[in-house]
Amino acid sequence: MKTTGIVTGIVSNLVTVLVDGPVAENEICYIDLGGVKMMAEVIKVNGKNASVQVFESTRGLKGGDKVEFEGRMLEITLGPGLLSSVYDGLQNDLTTMQDVFLQRGEYTDPLDREKLWDFTPIAKPGDKVVAADWLGEVKEGWLPHKIMVPFAFKGDYTVKSVKPEGSYNVDTVIAVLTNAEGEDVNVTMTQKWPVKVAIKGYREKPRPDRIMETGVRVIDTLNPIAEGGTGFIPGPFGCGKTVLQHAIAKQGDADVIVMAACGERANEVVEIFTEFPELIDPHTGRHLMERTTIICNTSNMPVAAREASVYTAMTICEYYRAMGLKCLLLADSTSRWAQALREMSNRMEELPGADAFPVDLSSIISNFYSRAGMVILNNGERGAVTFIGTVSPAGGNLKEPVTESTKKAARCFYALEQNRADQKRYPAVSPLDSYSKYLEYPEIAEYLDRTVEPGWVEKVRTAKNLIRRGKEASEQINILGDDGVPMSYHVNFWKSELVDFVILQQDAFDAIDALCPIERQRYMLDLVLGICSKDYEFEDFEKCRAFFKELINTLRQMNYSEFQSETFAAYRETVDKMIA
Amino acid sequence: MATKAYQRVYTQLEAITKATVSLRAKGVSNDELAVVAGKLAQVVRVKGDVVTLQIFSGTEGVPTNAEVTFLGEPPTLKVSDQLAGRFFDAYGHPIDGGPEIEGEERQIGGPSVNPYKRRQPSQLIPTGIAGIDLNNTLVSGQKIPFFADPDQPYNQVMADVALRADVDKIILGGMGLSNDDYLFFRHSFEAAGALDKIICFINTTENPPVERLLVPDMALTAAEYFAVDKNEKVLVLLTDMTLYADALSIVSNRMDQIPSKDSMPGSLYSDLAKIYEKAVQLPTEGSITIIAVTTLNDGDITHAIPDNTGYITEGQLFLRADSDTGKVIIDPFRSLSRLKQLVQNKKTREDHSQVMNASVRLYADAQNAKTKLENGFDLSDYDLRCLSYAKDYARELLAIDVNITITEMLDTAWKLFAKYFSPAETGIKQALIDKYWKN
Repeated sequence: MKTTGIVTGIVSNLVTVLVDGPVAENEICYIDLGGVKMMAEVIKVNGKNASVQVFESTRGLKGGDKVEFEGRMLEITLGPGLLSSVYDGLQNDLTTMQDVFLQRGEYTDPLDREKLWDFTPIAKPGDKVVAADWLGEVKEGWLPHKIMVPFAFKGDYTVKSVKPEGSYNVDTVIAVLTNAEGEDVNVTMTQKWPVKVAIKGYREKPRPDRIMETGVRVIDTLNPIAEGGTGFIPGPFGCGKTVLQHAIAKQGDADVIVMAACGERANEVVEIFTEFPELIDPHTGRHLMERTTIICNTSNMPVAAREASVYTAMTICEYYRAMGLKCLLLADSTSRWAQALREMSNRMEELPGADAFPVDLSSIISNFYSRAGMVILNNGERGAVTFIGTVSPAGGNLKEPVTESTKKAARCFYALEQNRADQKRYPAVSPLDSYSKYLEYPEIAEYLDRTVEPGWVEKVRTAKNLIRRGKEASEQINILGDDGVPMSYHVNFWKSELVDFVILQQDAFDAIDALCPIERQRYMLDLVLGICSKDYEFEDFEKCRAFFKELINTLRQMNYSEFQSETFAAYRETVDKMIA
Repeated sequence: MATKAYQRVYTQLEAITKATVSLRAKGVSNDELAVVAGKLAQVVRVKGDVVTLQIFSGTEGVPTNAEVTFLGEPPTLKVSDQLAGRFFDAYGHPIDGGPEIEGEERQIGGPSVNPYKRRQPSQLIPTGIAGIDLNNTLVSGQKIPFFADPDQPYNQVMADVALRADVDKIILGGMGLSNDDYLFFRHSFEAAGALDKIICFINTTENPPVERLLVPDMALTAAEYFAVDKNEKVLVLLTDMTLYADALSIVSNRMDQIPSKDSMPGSLYSDLAKIYEKAVQLPTEGSITIIAVTTLNDGDITHAIPDNTGYITEGQLFLRADSDTGKVIIDPFRSLSRLKQLVQNKKTREDHSQVMNASVRLYADAQNAKTKLENGFDLSDYDLRCLSYAKDYARELLAIDVNITITEMLDTAWKLFAKYFSPAETGIKQALIDKYWKN
């Protein structure tokens, strides 16, 4: 029998319920508001009083209203059709809702139950299987979508029967399995999974050993992120966080992309809806939307569902990872998620931690980041979830709890600088503060040696060092004046400007410059380092400035030209003449 | 508020603070309105049978035996075409001496638009001000605040922008407006002969601060009526959102909530987002564009109010006094319109974005030269050219008193480039240099 209760307290979306039976932490319940059922989640229990956070507006709710508990946690439905969908934080399909406005208590089915999928069996009767093993596959767009033994199945099973090749809808029983007790269980194309629990069902989770290309030079060349790696982008507003994240989403070398718009602007999500169906994935030539799922819980949507949205997104990624696919999760922004936690903690009158955030913020964040990673599946195939989150630090100050907690959890740090943004040096990723721990991994260095060119990591270090020396020189010039320093200071400063303008800066709105494949990155870095390795003599610093400005301009024209085209070659020739 | 046939009346208050009262009452619903000793109030907390009410006009003179009547409904506004040309207080009652509005009664602060039903904003809103049109182009469906110190003429600029914009309705939500500023808006709208498309919801400094909390929702409920029901282009002006946030912090403080940064409530981000995210381009022609004002304390944008605002809005327009020219300019470094690339080079000339970036970059070089000068160093020839350029640029393009078309702005920028720089120094794509460079 279901536990029920009545509402006894309301503060904004925190509701206290007097219950008549057992309730579990994170259990889902429905509150009846005049016939509208509003979903809520238990976040604290004290005696017979359960505090629940309501995923909807509580306007009009009364003391005494009825509540029914579901005996399960917040879970989502997994199956073919997740890709190219647009969901809210609770996995309601936003595209099938009729009204212009979001109506309370309107829950829509995340999957199309009628659509037929072309099924091909993989397992045979008699096969021994465990949770997450592949039983068959359907084509979802161009991706092989594996139908797996549900993750919730414990112990060993034997395949009794599998449907032959054919077209079926998601609710068709495609296999019958027999468990150790000899009981038969049916498997359809869908399964449910609680979002706050990580999906296991793989053999091991080794260290990442290759990089994920994004086409963004300041990431791939200088601070590469590993396939199955974690990174975060903190920065004040207006520094280009969203533009950078969209660039990664458009160009990232991944089979599946899940974008979680978590408490951010609705118009940014609309930009994705509008542009992605038009854009072509540079790696497969297919429409970007075909490999993308959008979880959209914008800032004006209920706060509690904002927290759920990142978990929903991660669970979808883990599901596709179990099929041996490379997934990329982008969450914008994790600060909004942390703020949602803060609002609830505040309403429950918990003792606050730093900046009024809950004290366990740091462990919640690291726990979430730990769900990313590259895995070896039971059948030896690889799958990966790469996670990049943005952080919106209050006042642009990186010494705040969300940034500090995330820094402990993520391996790549892409700090956006107000100063660079003010000078329109985009992407405004700070070349010196940012880092990628993956450059220190021997397996990544070896991978780069093999796929880019031998000694690549050393070259990257050289480029970073040029910038560091340039910064020191520029500080000295600012203190002592143009005439007060030796010419070599000017040369060092301009060499760093060269690296800055040609390698670091990239025009995300230029059709050619926006996407820079690794081969082209190698070419440009070699060219720039070649130029910088030479010694230059000038009569005065004005001539030095003029020489480098001209050189930078020509190299930038190369960035704007088609790689290895005639124009490109002509600019290259000009450069060679200038430095000869 | 209309009297209902069935009303529950209570006469025993348990607690009174400056902004709230608590009493024992049954069957009270969250967010519903009540009248406490003749003052309008709203339910903000229910705990067992103790209900906390926020009293909009303050609790001065409210006795413990005050009569409390619950009205059974959250705040509403009557919407119809009669709204046009009228001035209202924070409760939606006329303050212009005219009759009450007849129309459909709608709850204010209603649900959000399904993001999937939105369209991408794509209509340019020209203002004639180059600091906006050239560097920070506005688009319908956008939400953007002016960040300004209290001594900046933000209300004047906003009135200019509103009257030049090509929209069907202009809705002003005034929060803590000084009486002078209220009359200024009223006169400028009258002088422009635009009264028939203006609707104003006004809370002046003479009114109690907590009343302000109703103003944005009133203004936006009216905006949604015209944008959604009538497919009109609506521009909503909200001034001053800093005073709105101050009112939020007063209420949360009286409710003993733990404050977060700058003694603002922890929910400030969500509270502001709920307002600003009403900006929308609908699939029909209808749209709501929000231009707001956030006053700053000595240019400090790290304070919780401008900081949270910046993360919600699609950019900000930063007003500052320029010492070189003695004019108020739109600061090209701190200002940003996030939606500008949706119209630049598409609805404007192909060279727009490159010209914009180059002109700002050169202006940044001028700032570096200025720093050098202040530190007592010799300036190079390039530095001197940058400084002269910066003066012309500030006077001819950044100043808020400029009123020209976007093509004229672009031509002016090319003229300044040619006057002070070589093509290579601008770093603009060769193809554009070939086409537009003024010899």
